[in-house]
Amino acid sequence: MTGFVDRLRLADEQRAAFAAWPRRWWAGLPRPVRLGALVAFAAFLVALPILQPPVLTTTGTDFTGVLFTVGVYCLCALGLNIVVGLAGLLDLGYIGFFAVGAYSVAVFGSPQSKLATEYPWLVCIPIAIAISMVSGAILGGPTLRLRGDYLAIVTLGFGEIVRLTAVNSEVLGAAAGIPEVPRPPGERADGTRLFTIVDVTPFYWLVLALIFLVVLAGANLERSRVGRAWVAIREDEDVAQLMGVPTFRFKLWAFAMGAAVGGLSGALFASRQTFINPESFPVQTSLMFLAAVVIGGAGNKFGVVLGAVIVAYLPERLRSIDDGLLVVWYVSLVLGLATYLLLRRRGPRDGPRTYLRLGVVAGILAALPPLLLAMPEVFGSRGEIGQLRYLMFGLALIVMSVFRPQGLIPSRRRAIELEDRAKEVEPGATS
Amino acid sequence: MALLEITDLSVHYGRVRAVHEVSLTVAEGEIVTLIGANGAGKTTTMRALSGLQPVSSGRIHFDGEDITHLRADLRVIRGISQAPEGRGIFPGMSVRDNLDMGAYARRDRHLTRAADLERVFTLFPRLKERSRQAGGTLSGGEQQMLTIGRALMARPRLLLLDEPSMGLAPMLIGQIFEILQEINEQGTTILLVEQNAHRALSVADRAYILETGSIVATGTGSALLDDPSVRAAYLGVA
Amino acid sequence: MNIDFLIDNFADLSVTGLAQGAIYALVALGYTLVYGVLRLINFAHSEVFVTGTFATILTLRGIGIGPDDPVPSLLMVLLTLVLASIVAALSSGAVALLVERVAYRPLRRRNAPPLVFLISAVGASLVLMEIYALFLGRDNVRVGNLIKPRTQFTVFGADVTNRQILIVVSAVLMMVVLDSFISRTRLGRGVRAVSQNPDAAALMGVNKDRVIALTFLLGGLMAGVAAVLYDLNFGVTKFSAGFLIGLKAFTAAVLGGIGNLRGALLGGLLLGLAENWGQALLGSAWRDVIAFVFLIVVLMFRPTGILGESLGRARV
Repeated sequence: MTGFVDRLRLADEQRAAFAAWPRRWWAGLPRPVRLGALVAFAAFLVALPILQPPVLTTTGTDFTGVLFTVGVYCLCALGLNIVVGLAGLLDLGYIGFFAVGAYSVAVFGSPQSKLATEYPWLVCIPIAIAISMVSGAILGGPTLRLRGDYLAIVTLGFGEIVRLTAVNSEVLGAAAGIPEVPRPPGERADGTRLFTIVDVTPFYWLVLALIFLVVLAGANLERSRVGRAWVAIREDEDVAQLMGVPTFRFKLWAFAMGAAVGGLSGALFASRQTFINPESFPVQTSLMFLAAVVIGGAGNKFGVVLGAVIVAYLPERLRSIDDGLLVVWYVSLVLGLATYLLLRRRGPRDGPRTYLRLGVVAGILAALPPLLLAMPEVFGSRGEIGQLRYLMFGLALIVMSVFRPQGLIPSRRRAIELEDRAKEVEPGATS
Repeated sequence: MALLEITDLSVHYGRVRAVHEVSLTVAEGEIVTLIGANGAGKTTTMRALSGLQPVSSGRIHFDGEDITHLRADLRVIRGISQAPEGRGIFPGMSVRDNLDMGAYARRDRHLTRAADLERVFTLFPRLKERSRQAGGTLSGGEQQMLTIGRALMARPRLLLLDEPSMGLAPMLIGQIFEILQEINEQGTTILLVEQNAHRALSVADRAYILETGSIVATGTGSALLDDPSVRAAYLGVA
Repeated sequence: MNIDFLIDNFADLSVTGLAQGAIYALVALGYTLVYGVLRLINFAHSEVFVTGTFATILTLRGIGIGPDDPVPSLLMVLLTLVLASIVAALSSGAVALLVERVAYRPLRRRNAPPLVFLISAVGASLVLMEIYALFLGRDNVRVGNLIKPRTQFTVFGADVTNRQILIVVSAVLMMVVLDSFISRTRLGRGVRAVSQNPDAAALMGVNKDRVIALTFLLGGLMAGVAAVLYDLNFGVTKFSAGFLIGLKAFTAAVLGGIGNLRGALLGGLLLGLAENWGQALLGSAWRDVIAFVFLIVVLMFRPTGILGESLGRARV
């Protein structure tokens, strides 16, 4: 019997090795080739608003505007990744920090705000970052010493409380909001302003540059002493504490840094909008940021960026899609899922029940399109897809948690943690 | 046929191997003891037997049935009852309620409870005195008695005992081992895990010695007691 | 700051606060029960509650009571309330079981870290909320007139209405029933055993899966009854109504000591009072902020709550 289990393990490892081939293939390429490919990809990203490539471009909404939104989501996902993916803390009120950053720029920079400071944009941004960081520290102070799920609830409340505070206080413009948020400086060759409401392209480039910087800084951070401390805390906080890691301080750092990146994203968002009010910061957006991190792969920078693209871009693209393309997308989604389910790691206890379950999932997937078509009053126009996004990403959160908690592009370290834990399940647990 | 039969049992904690290809049998009516130093894998073996710890490879048969992957609560219904090591009680329940929990899985508990309680109280009069007290307020020794008494309430066919002598005064240890023999004579098969090798070997019919996760010696209790290398390693006698 | 207003209306504010607090307390039980056995917070519990608020309204419509109909006869009201409570409790209970099955059980099978449980529960909460939004709309839904508030008696100058009496009495009654179920029945003992020592409970032959499902069910039943009372008290509900009440009920649970059944009652009532007093002082716009600040303050100074954590320790 031992032989059988060992054979199963070996087969599993071989399959895992096979599944890792893209990574190895990439690592095996000569350095110049890899560098060249990266530069080409970067150039492609920069050129996107000018190229407006046919399949990618959203037809219903301004493509560059969508690109900017996607960029802001990427930035938020990267910031939230520090908290969730690296330190293993659940922050459900990320929109709160985003709002704090946005309001900071508006309050200090707008000539219309009650504080008649009118600081220029370049001064407002550091202020916004500092204020969101401090708000993160204030919120984290009392809660980070406690159990992880307390933090989750407190942050969830925080996101809403920031909004309620904005609605209720005159300094923050109350329900009416604050107009004339300052824009970044810079002029074109002809002397006109570079950053305007009309053309979002400069904003997109700005956010692209910031993403690049945050990814770079994040990579350094992960390798540093701080990054290793976060891993230790995430894997086993008690052991980390015993080994002399000041866990509270490092958790607070992670939380404050995540908040800072959130504040920066919010500040950018406010500058681009030039007008903000409490309605710009609904609670559900926090959950969309979380969905981006979880779907992409918490702990992996590229994973969370991919997640952000899926969460922010896909609904926009689907909003204005023709039926033929929709069918193609749906079929490829189902095929992708089927491939994954076939290739997925099989447990030694996978029996008929597992296949029954897979059958049910497949059945629901197959039944969805006719169901959607049969309910025109609910899913009347394709424009409603925007309304369906929360439902879809809520489902995605459950499905990912159940089938692939490590995300689409997992952090290797986290994937190992999850697998190790899975081996510790009590016999016959929940069959 | 043996009541309990373990074949090539291995258990891992994450990537760390705690128990390696352990095989042992316990026949109906026997007292078998598993002795070894701290960290030898005794408690891990017990947890695997009662279903609290997953098995990486190997088989466990109870009364001819393969229970390797059976859920812990179903093993109790089959007749395996464990008195866990240390503070395995329910601290917020009274002693009486703790004992009642022992009979939780029995369908005929309404018929047997009174008699079983009487039996436990006869074995451990201290528990009777404290029956209304919360489990968490008992001393270490009393908690130990409570776990044993609670396991008896299940009327097990096989009683698993994990370090019943741990942290007890020598006088109490003697008392507990006497009680174990008494229980055994009343028909309960016992698998006893102990660090206190001398005591364990003197009551056991047979014994296994566990070292860093593997069985290194086996024999009757008295044979091992006389074995010079065992004496040197486990009994502190040259 | 409007201290005079607070002092002048102290008794009235307190009575209103107690009625609201009783509802928070019933919802808080769901958090506390699940936390007791799983040491996890059931994020989707707020939507389990919302299920009940809609089930109540659907029951009323089913009977033929529209939002603008006049108050029916007393017998009819009583029958309707009993029926609505049963329907709401069963629907909330069923949804709670569903959440456990879909979002929790598969993860327990993989021994997932707490973070993953939280995420899947957040997903479940989002899905439920959006389903209600899709089928019942995103606007306020009005309940209808069942009880015309009428002053029954006066305490310290506060008018106590029949509705408030009904709410507090039903909530306390439900809690007494739950408390005796947990402490007196065999299944209840199983719940306490798992919450006090899960490993030892398994060694006693307690089926953990069944106990966990049971706690979700019980929490759901309580939330369903709370939902009926909520509908009575506020007169409207909404797909997203669970968010704030969930936050407040959670605060109540933590305040009393999460995992502690009696703590939930105490915490709920205290929070209801604090909220109404605070709202008198600062203005009603800040009402929802007060509960949140309260939560932070509690976590700072007494994270284990007033009565302490754990299902078992309250009842020895």
